[in-house]
Amino acid sequence: MSREKPDQCWPGADNTRIPYRLIHDDEIYRQEQRLIFQGPTWHYLALAVEVPDPGSYLTTFIGETPIIVSRDDKGELHGLINRCQHKGALVAVESCGRASTLRCLYHGWSYHLNGDLRMVPFEKGIEGKGGMPAGFVKAEHGLTRIRLDVYQGLVFGSLSNDVEALETYLGPDMCAHITRVFHKPVVVLGYYHQVMHSNWKLYMENARDSYHATILHAFYATFKLNRLTMGGGLVVNHDGWNTMNYSIGASVQDGHYDPQELRAVMADVGLADPSLLNHRQEFADGITIAIQSIFPTCVHQQIYNTLAMRQVVPQGPDQAELHWTFFGYADDDAELRQLRLQQANLIGPAGYVSMEDGVIGEYVQRGTAGESAGSSALLQMGGSAIETVKDSRANETTVRGFWQGYRTLMGQRSD
Amino acid sequence: MIDSETHRRIQHLHNRYVRVIDDDQLEQWPQLFTAGGNYQVTTRENHERGFPLALMSCKGRGMMLDRITGLRKINVYEPHRYSHQISALEISAQPAGGFRCISNFLVVRIMHTGASMLFASGIYLDVVVQDEDGTLRFAERTVITDSRQTDTLLVIPL
Repeated sequence: MSREKPDQCWPGADNTRIPYRLIHDDEIYRQEQRLIFQGPTWHYLALAVEVPDPGSYLTTFIGETPIIVSRDDKGELHGLINRCQHKGALVAVESCGRASTLRCLYHGWSYHLNGDLRMVPFEKGIEGKGGMPAGFVKAEHGLTRIRLDVYQGLVFGSLSNDVEALETYLGPDMCAHITRVFHKPVVVLGYYHQVMHSNWKLYMENARDSYHATILHAFYATFKLNRLTMGGGLVVNHDGWNTMNYSIGASVQDGHYDPQELRAVMADVGLADPSLLNHRQEFADGITIAIQSIFPTCVHQQIYNTLAMRQVVPQGPDQAELHWTFFGYADDDAELRQLRLQQANLIGPAGYVSMEDGVIGEYVQRGTAGESAGSSALLQMGGSAIETVKDSRANETTVRGFWQGYRTLMGQRSD
Repeated sequence: MIDSETHRRIQHLHNRYVRVIDDDQLEQWPQLFTAGGNYQVTTRENHERGFPLALMSCKGRGMMLDRITGLRKINVYEPHRYSHQISALEISAQPAGGFRCISNFLVVRIMHTGASMLFASGIYLDVVVQDEDGTLRFAERTVITDSRQTDTLLVIPL
């Protein structure tokens, strides 16, 4: 029997039904590498302050492709594929460093930080014998350069020459929100790295999903840090590819969260030391939680005074690694810096709020194992539209937006 | 120089720490610290690069107790337990009183399904003091994991 083609696996034209096979199928996973990660998309790679000086570099990924972000001796940023032009070995192995050249350990080919090939050992052979042929030109064998652009100190890269300009790709509301947070110099305060045993797309759905946030994450609702009954909204740009969920803590209303029905509200639970929840209003718009998702794998968060970038790296159909870069402002006063670090107890792999996202995708991955063709998730909260919604967050419009980007690039139709 | 009685008492504190966590007597865990004690879990990556971010950071017993409330009542995760292996304990007396300790740990995580894995390895950096009631307690315990990765989540203290 011939195999069903991936482009026929969607039950409908809208994005209210998401086939489970998209998170299990090896062939679809391979296609994603080509059509999404090597396709016309921008990928968050680093903060520019992480490669501060000439000679600084760091290593990361676009999908599975290993990438170097480097700053050359003129101070210019470069995005390079981390793959020696000789035999394909990694050129940079450490997560970050400083170097005058990048040298492949295998046969010693070395490169300048702008990717140019600098030296090939025994290029001329030994005593005129062996070596590279006369026609070998080093200028033709530099590390492969990728497109790089920086928006407000966020470094994005693309493996496609056809991708639109970064600001157009992000969209006006996304640019405005990035500018809201990156309006002054930032400093990195540390990293988390979290391995999740689930498909990368489940994490990206989760980060856009306001519906789950105050139900799964009982810490949010119990301590009134985030409830769907607060003011807030869902913002969609670029046909849903990029989205933001936000809430305004001061506007919380009681009611609607019935402790009999939702485990999320625990009237009898209190904190022995409520100072954990101390925070400072640092944005004039009153937004206390804002989760921004840039298609395909970037999340930018403000949860009270915690600020972080998250990058999802796919590692097969059923594993992904989440990299968190936690930051503050260079001019933080000591008290605000301390508040950020204390509130870090809410986020990351051990976060009172975020830890659950590390496992909930795995529950879906395991729950849908052995799925039969045609079974799918149901995304009908708020209907089927993909649009900005400012009066309710009981809506899955932002999640449907992720799948809009996905279907557009994967060419998956329902016919 | 540490006398053998002090060494035994500090070793006992380390053993108690393992017992309360591995035998799920987590409500006892904050009692192994002084009232204002600090407990922090971070990675070697953050520690060596001078980044202050921690995975868990509890200042005082109240925040430690809240971590236990979190895992008992609030947070969602799959049932599991730990088996700690502690070794290479070194103790040095501090001129101002109290002791600095360093030891190695391995933590095996055993899921309710039976799946086991080496969940974490690293070192404990401690400051141990004699509390007002004469008991030795941790004034500081900094857990530094060798790996920068956390598999799935961290809810039970290391």
